[in-house]
Amino acid sequence: MGRFVARRLLQMIPVFLGTTALIFFMVHLLPGDPVAAMWGDKAPDPVQLAALRHQYGFDKPLVGQYLDYMGKLLTGDFGTSPLDGRQVIDKITEALPVTIRLALFAFAIEIVLGIGIGLFAGLRRGKAFDKGALVFTLLLISIPVPVLGYIFQTIFATNLKWVTPTVQDSNDLTQLVLPALVLGSLSLAYVARLTRTSIAENIKADYVRTAVAKGLPRRKVIGTHLLRNSMIPVITFLGTDLGALMGGAIVTEGIFNVKGVGNALYHAINLKDGATVSGFVAFLVLVYLAAGLIVDLLYAVLDPRIRYA
Amino acid sequence: MTTVIENNQKNDRLEVGTPLLEVKDLHVEFHTRDGIAKAVNGVNYSVSAGETLAVLGESGSGKSVTAQTIMGILDMPPGKVTQGEILYRGQDMLKMGNEERRKIRGQKIAMIFQDALSSLNPVLSVGYQLGEMFRVHQGASKAEAKAKAIELMDRVRIPAAKERVNDYPHQFSGGMRQRIMIAMALSLQPDLIIADEPTTALDVTVQAQVMDLLAELQAEYNMGLILITHDLGVVADVADKIAVMYAGRIVETAPVHELYANPAHPYTKGLLRSIPRLDQKGQELYAIKGLPPNLLKVPAGCAFNPRCDVATDLCRTEIPALHHVTDEDGTELTGRRSACHLWKETLHG
Amino acid sequence: MPDLTEKKTAGKIPAQATVAVAAKPEKPRSLGSDAWHDLIRKPIFVISALLILLLIVIAIAPGLFTSVDPRAGDLRNHYLTKPDYTHFFGADWFGYDLQGRSIYARVIYGARASVVVGICVTVGVTILGGITGMLAGYFGGWIDTIISRITDIFFGIPLLLGALVILNAFTSRTVWSVVFALVALGWTQMTRVMRGSVITIKQSDFVTAAKALGAGTGRIMFKHILPNAVAPVIVVATIALGGYIATEATLSFLGIGLQDPTISWGIDINSAQKVIRTAPFALFFPAGMLSLTVLAFIMLGDAVRDALDPKLR
Repeated sequence: MGRFVARRLLQMIPVFLGTTALIFFMVHLLPGDPVAAMWGDKAPDPVQLAALRHQYGFDKPLVGQYLDYMGKLLTGDFGTSPLDGRQVIDKITEALPVTIRLALFAFAIEIVLGIGIGLFAGLRRGKAFDKGALVFTLLLISIPVPVLGYIFQTIFATNLKWVTPTVQDSNDLTQLVLPALVLGSLSLAYVARLTRTSIAENIKADYVRTAVAKGLPRRKVIGTHLLRNSMIPVITFLGTDLGALMGGAIVTEGIFNVKGVGNALYHAINLKDGATVSGFVAFLVLVYLAAGLIVDLLYAVLDPRIRYA
Repeated sequence: MTTVIENNQKNDRLEVGTPLLEVKDLHVEFHTRDGIAKAVNGVNYSVSAGETLAVLGESGSGKSVTAQTIMGILDMPPGKVTQGEILYRGQDMLKMGNEERRKIRGQKIAMIFQDALSSLNPVLSVGYQLGEMFRVHQGASKAEAKAKAIELMDRVRIPAAKERVNDYPHQFSGGMRQRIMIAMALSLQPDLIIADEPTTALDVTVQAQVMDLLAELQAEYNMGLILITHDLGVVADVADKIAVMYAGRIVETAPVHELYANPAHPYTKGLLRSIPRLDQKGQELYAIKGLPPNLLKVPAGCAFNPRCDVATDLCRTEIPALHHVTDEDGTELTGRRSACHLWKETLHG
Repeated sequence: MPDLTEKKTAGKIPAQATVAVAAKPEKPRSLGSDAWHDLIRKPIFVISALLILLLIVIAIAPGLFTSVDPRAGDLRNHYLTKPDYTHFFGADWFGYDLQGRSIYARVIYGARASVVVGICVTVGVTILGGITGMLAGYFGGWIDTIISRITDIFFGIPLLLGALVILNAFTSRTVWSVVFALVALGWTQMTRVMRGSVITIKQSDFVTAAKALGAGTGRIMFKHILPNAVAPVIVVATIALGGYIATEATLSFLGIGLQDPTISWGIDINSAQKVIRTAPFALFFPAGMLSLTVLAFIMLGDAVRDALDPKLR
């Protein structure tokens, strides 16, 4: 087991380096000069411009900049934004808790509702609930996030006035309900379908037949034997999804005015603030890789067959 | 009316010869989108305590479906029991409620399946799966169940049981897995075990070991055993009587040695002829011509007639009843029946 | 009974005594034709296929459905005019938007962008991903390691984010910019699916048999492995198509995808945000059309997957 973990950690290194390099070069090859943008519409003073550029290392060749950047990264310095002079790490720690709360909320919704719906649908395959669940999840997948966001906002906030339309205080969980629902809806649909398929397949398995032949009560057959096997693909999906939830909430955060990571990134990209973008992405990649590692470990815990591979 | 379970608690083990299970005129159909497949068409057999009945037949003969119907694990749509009775200790299980049947399942009548690797849950340890019977049906604690699991593993001769009780099915060899299945089946000392092709997936030497083990355990606990197989070789040592099935019907029953010596049905004769023999070296192997029938369109009359060398017009129109077989001077041979219009010629000719 | 013991026919292999159940009397069908046979009978497939056909026609020849110019805006007369639902296929059937343009015309013309993006990205991703996946799966070894690491790297970039970055580099964004961005970021998904599929098929007996018969690498890859490995790829691709259309709309919605003068439902949804209270129809129609399109492709993908998956029968 230890060797398995060590191997995975080693594999993560080139991926981390590769992804951060890719993003770094992509961002810095963008036309537009963030330092010059600090002057707004006025023409920048050449001397000051040169000085600032030197301060941020923009006068070095790109590869040199990258090495600087990686070096700082290893010491935990995610860079400084030339736009407002702030440390990127500060921006991250500011936006992160909000996103974590939102992501975890959405995650909880997708687990409870997704697995619940999928379980019932899978057990009653072909019947009314199953067909209804399929249609429902299909709709959730098809309606794009912006549209869904607006629909929910209009119905629940504007018309029914159950919750506030935008998030004023992200510490208040009730205000996060709508964005969490919207964010989690797509994943919920996938989880439900995945669960349903897994259960519908496994219910025909020989070992389920054996469990029934042993005279076990139905809830034991389903709860112990069926679920344990069926959940494996679902949990692996959930693991990668958490990473995705963290970084992909741009649209949802925009609609509901949540000041999280997605929002910060969106603005940074538009303002061509390469340092902030690179810093955030480096952080997100770490999160994503960590999630992937945990998923792999979980998989090994759940399925003894691959433990000794 | 007292339930079967309560009856059992008074007189636990039956005397040898007491009828345990009687299948009477069972008919099972499957409703598929291509039509109705008649899988079982009037099957009758019985097993007593201490007795081994071998049910012989090709794939599609209905032997597994009958067994699964006895156990009550058949998927009920699309399957359907249209007629018949299954009497366990005199009471018709088909008329029982689900809960009552569930109590019989596993505790009184247990089943062993063909492929132990797919029939055991891959993500649970064998100790857990063995102990489950005790935990669920007898309220044993985890520790007690584990101890019993180790005991069972010892009983079926799995080496280093104590160390291996927490291992997973894929970590055992095929033969050992099958023994674990056997152990699981007899954990609560059932009256009857149904073994559905228990050795088909194993190689020959392991086959012999597993069959020996089964015979031993059967004798020890005085259980009835229904052995389902298509392999004539396996049956000869172990069975007391044989029922040969074809297209969902029993075509011949006989005590084992008499069947091999003097079959009374052309199908049985054909099966016996198909066994390769050492003294036939260099000669073409015999095979019954044709293929088993499509269960959606069973031939009229005797289902075997298209493949039978001696079929007459009567065979093509009238379904033969299961006749009592007599010897040349007319005395009934006990336990021998044949569903053939020409059984006399087949037996004596 | 004929006596076969006399004959000596060495070398012939007779049928076994124990034979499997008889095959159906009809001709045996391949997996592909079997799947097609099933698909045709499913209402979901038929409905979604027809819908998609309609969409493709709209995309190719929008002029057939409306004669109005979607870019012609008459601010004075038609600013946010409410729709006249009785005017089927008329310019005001869906009302007018912020700039006085016919929403119906824009919905019709917007189909082209979505359909083109969806199909091109899917084709690109499938070809690129299919080839890399096949190479990685078949050859294994260091080729697999390199391709897998590259795949991991691309996977680490969230799609939306990467698209944002790439598209920001273009000064003027056309449909092809978006296609490029999505293909560049999405090909790895297909690689993984294909690779997994190839690895499973590679171990089949018929592949070993082909090798034993001396078949060359190319032949094995294309004639033997590919037809068998391609099913999961098709399933993922058809479902992903819907996803790519949704992504394009989302990018355009964020202002980072297609731009004027290209017509896209996403752009319209974006501009309709501001007037959602007073003129909900400005959001509703492009949003509805978008959802319907994505729905059609995903339903198609679902139906294809059910038909190709032997386990769910």
